[in-house]
Amino acid sequence: MSPILIMIAKRLALGVLTLFIVSMLIFGATELLPGDFAEEFLGQSATPETVAAIRRQLGLDLPMHIRYGEWLGVLPGWTSVNAEGVVTGRCLGAGMTAAEAPTHCGILQGEFGDSLSNRRPVADLLGTRLGNTLFLALYAAAIAVPLSLMLGILAALFRNSVFDRVVNASALTSISFPEFFVAYILIFWLAGMGGAFPSMATIRPTTDFVDKLYMTFLPALTLTLVVTAHMMRMTRAAIINLLASPYIEMARLKGMSPMRVILRHALPNALAPIINVIALNLAYLITGVVVVEVVFVYPGLGQLMVDSVAARDMPVVQAVALIFAAAYVLLNLTADVLATLSNPRLVKRR
Amino acid sequence: MGVLTTIFWFLVAIAGCLAAGWLFRTGAIAITPAGVKRELRTAPLTASFGMLMILLYILVAIFAPLIAPFPERAVVGTEYMPWNSVHLLGTDNLGRDMLSRLIFGARNTVGIAFATTLLAFLIGSVFGMLAATVGGWLDQGLSRLVDVLMAIPALIFALLLLTIFGTSILTLILVIAVIDSTRVYRLARSVALNIVVMDYIEAAKLRGEGLWRLITREILPNALAPLVAEFGLRFCFVFLAISALSFLGLGLQPPLADWGSMVKENATLISFGDITPLLPAGAIALLTVSVNFVVDWQLHRASGLKE
Amino acid sequence: MMKTPLFTGGVSRRGILKGASAIGGAAVLGPMGARMARAQPTRGGTLRIGVAHGSTTDSLDPGSWENDFTILLAHTRNNFLTEIAPDGSLVPEIAESWEASNGAREWVFTIRSGVQYHSGRTVTAEDVIASINHHRGEESTSAAKPIVEDIVELRADGMNVHVTLGSGNADFPFIMSDYHIPILPATDGTIDPQTTDGCGPYAIEELEMGVGARLVRHDGYWKSNTSWFDAVEITAIHDDAARQNALISGQLDYIDTVDLNTVHLLQRASGIQILSVTGTQHYGLPMDTRAAPFSDNNVRLALKYAIDRDQMVETVLNGYGAVGNDHPIGPGQRFFNTELPQKTLDPDRARHHLREAGMENLSVDIHLADAAFAGAIDAGVLFSETAAEAGIDLNVVREPNDGYWSNVWMQLPFTGTYWGGRPTEDWMFATAYSDGAAWNESYWSHERFNELLVAARAELDQELRREMYFEMQQLVSDEGGTIIPMFANYVGAHGDHLVRPDTVANNWRNDGHRIAERWWFA
Repeated sequence: MSPILIMIAKRLALGVLTLFIVSMLIFGATELLPGDFAEEFLGQSATPETVAAIRRQLGLDLPMHIRYGEWLGVLPGWTSVNAEGVVTGRCLGAGMTAAEAPTHCGILQGEFGDSLSNRRPVADLLGTRLGNTLFLALYAAAIAVPLSLMLGILAALFRNSVFDRVVNASALTSISFPEFFVAYILIFWLAGMGGAFPSMATIRPTTDFVDKLYMTFLPALTLTLVVTAHMMRMTRAAIINLLASPYIEMARLKGMSPMRVILRHALPNALAPIINVIALNLAYLITGVVVVEVVFVYPGLGQLMVDSVAARDMPVVQAVALIFAAAYVLLNLTADVLATLSNPRLVKRR
Repeated sequence: MGVLTTIFWFLVAIAGCLAAGWLFRTGAIAITPAGVKRELRTAPLTASFGMLMILLYILVAIFAPLIAPFPERAVVGTEYMPWNSVHLLGTDNLGRDMLSRLIFGARNTVGIAFATTLLAFLIGSVFGMLAATVGGWLDQGLSRLVDVLMAIPALIFALLLLTIFGTSILTLILVIAVIDSTRVYRLARSVALNIVVMDYIEAAKLRGEGLWRLITREILPNALAPLVAEFGLRFCFVFLAISALSFLGLGLQPPLADWGSMVKENATLISFGDITPLLPAGAIALLTVSVNFVVDWQLHRASGLKE
Repeated sequence: MMKTPLFTGGVSRRGILKGASAIGGAAVLGPMGARMARAQPTRGGTLRIGVAHGSTTDSLDPGSWENDFTILLAHTRNNFLTEIAPDGSLVPEIAESWEASNGAREWVFTIRSGVQYHSGRTVTAEDVIASINHHRGEESTSAAKPIVEDIVELRADGMNVHVTLGSGNADFPFIMSDYHIPILPATDGTIDPQTTDGCGPYAIEELEMGVGARLVRHDGYWKSNTSWFDAVEITAIHDDAARQNALISGQLDYIDTVDLNTVHLLQRASGIQILSVTGTQHYGLPMDTRAAPFSDNNVRLALKYAIDRDQMVETVLNGYGAVGNDHPIGPGQRFFNTELPQKTLDPDRARHHLREAGMENLSVDIHLADAAFAGAIDAGVLFSETAAEAGIDLNVVREPNDGYWSNVWMQLPFTGTYWGGRPTEDWMFATAYSDGAAWNESYWSHERFNELLVAARAELDQELRREMYFEMQQLVSDEGGTIIPMFANYVGAHGDHLVRPDTVANNWRNDGHRIAERWWFA
């Protein structure tokens, strides 16, 4: 198994590189957006003096590469002394004197920094929201993955039957509706007009687990409907693709039941593309659900990301982008490892 | 009772669709040349129905100005008029004829979605199979690049890019195609990886087949099935991407009609049980289902199963 | 996004110099207006409010408040020096009384004694000074900096605060009701902008920006017969459908913004009341009067006659508003020009003006986003349809909502805008129409108008002032650079069980954002 371990180590190292490049890309793209934090913060009320004052106080008047270096932690954080003699600085936390403050305080030092807009540590802002996002993603995945695997296998087994067509058509119909529209329909049926479920999933940190499951049922169901079709169809296609192979033919000739043929012989060899699609959809459940969050008023990371981009609140944008990227990298790695394990020929390759 | 009636009409509708598919298949077999004829005979009713629908959509898209009773952008009535003999499907929130908007929407939406998906597949599958076949640094380089691009959530990435580059139709197509192509790349690469370790590929390599030939003649035919299946889905994801973007305030330039934005514009009505937004959503769904029925048929043929 | 009231100078006006004076009209209740016989207010219950704004990047710093979430939170948690009453008059709040001298350059505010913060501390004159000083000075990053810029000196004397202004300003007490300037506790002469303390009717119990807040009644609140609820929950809900669904399903008692496309359907839902308040909020389409072709007034007039205002109100506002006449003064205001002929869609006249400008037809782009105002894109599409009848090819360019105010508005020659309006004619004109004002959106410079503006500010004869303001409205309407097709109502909705007072303030949404103080459960 050591080739696998080497591969994991390699991929983790590459993952770190990926995160680094993502952070540069996001930083650059956010810089390219029209307007900076100072202008967006004041919006219509911006005057040149107040914009300049904000830039001065937050070190935003420094060139882009220096700010990136500070965020990364390879350059010392800025400090400035204002007209009234008050010292401010990037690394100067509340109640710290200038002498106590570290010189560098970037990602490499484990510091996400403070949000520019409300000066709260980014880690605080992320905490509960990350938990919420993961909760919803797992909830939806726990319904969607078994459901789609089961439907996919059954559809492959009874391929071209009425069952296959109906499952296919309904899954396709459900994904051809935009997410927010699926959500509205579910709300109309299950929440509005005396329905059983709440239309708002405004969970708080104090909400207990069972209540959470109940309150977030509609968003989880919406997401299930959104991702099931993709995984189900891939399962079906990958299995059917193998059914004409000689070894399957052989198994069949030996008199194995169709179900057994699929489960024992086709499925293991079809796992690679299936795992791949599952990983993609899991990543989507974590990173791509901003629309569902908005409709169900669910306090997750997506909304935070969109808000922060709109406000050009760079430390928050970067932190959320890194979390999303890390989630993607890890899921991807897991998928590749599992896919490799499922196909020994790949293990030995090169 | 209500449920039974619904089920009854639902079954009637399905029967109608299948009948239409059968008629279409019979008609098509009668007028097409021999080669196509043989192919068509293998088509199940669902696929026939799918083909009929796709043909209808294409016709509607091409002849939109002739079919639509009113111009695409003209305000011809008051807002939200009910269905009547002049405005068969009523009017939208600005008083434009809903049916005409839907018909013109076919042109814009299907056109854009098709162009985008095609572009995405062209980029994604070429690079994906290239990476799998060549391997080494090319594979590493491309895969890491794709990893980086995919690590940024698609919607947020699109939001950033469209805000920077503007929302003309061309940028919209390019941005969505590039983002989508990363997904295609991954699939193409992983499918091709499973193929390149096969013995016949080794044999082809030993025969001294060139890279291009190897990819197009040996790998592509064997990787086609999952790619085609993916095409059917990706195609409809483009509508959804446009729709989600218009939810966040980006999207097609007005007054162009496109189904994704039309769902968004009228979506709140569904909260009151008004089915207006179901029309554009239904148009998307019908096309998606049709395309995928045809895809399923082709998939089945490609698998070589005889049953 | 709200606009910050900007005030540029002014000399004495009689009314406001001492005590209170009526400014602006009282609220006019809309279609669902007339309401039930009133019972005695009762205490109790948790008011659950859904607000259409609020971002995770909002801050506690008063200088940054700009959206309905933060402003509503401010009025629920804080008190201000002065308050605008539901009828539009200015009444005392933390300031018990005030007096001007020296041509309204010197002001003395007497601070109410015994007003308690949630933390138990008592409001002092020093707190008031520190609260104002937070917005002043070179290092200020406050959006309210321009409106307190004219203050030269602030001095405490017992419970009195002495203010010296650079020039006489009769409206100064009015400015002190601005939502940016809550009274907060000071330590060593400065306030902590991140404090959650306040001296208003409710104290913050839980707050998560962009998500929501929970506040409980402040038992030591100095006003009697107000703040009837035990607690208030404010939730930020951006999606129109989500907000309405939550109201219908009973998860909320009140929502501050209703989707005008479906308001007629919401109205039919049982147990739901629509609250529609006509105020000074208006939507506009400013043209850069320095740039061709808008530098020619004939082109501007051609466009003004090529827009169907009635259709806009009917379609974009679904009837919840009134037609505008290309000037920003609302029908409820004191000096509203009743003699000005209403411009209507007139393609022939538009063509005539085009010919006067030496053109046969015209092709221009208008840059819009729904960030400018709800339905801006739709309004542009309607406009381009009617403009086509007059030979004008108006191309609607959809701009991203993101960055609209910094990148499009006042940057491109033809855009969209909205104003919450200002309670006085002078304030509104000085903010967005006077030569050189920071928010003169159309870069309009009209000599006669600017003379009149200064003269009217100083004029004490009401008849003469009326004449001046009438002329100014006519000038802005006929020669100005902004098309103002409609005045939009503030439209919210609430459940039947929530009782609103007879008069609902029209200076902001949510009963002047004081819904938690003024409303109660039946």
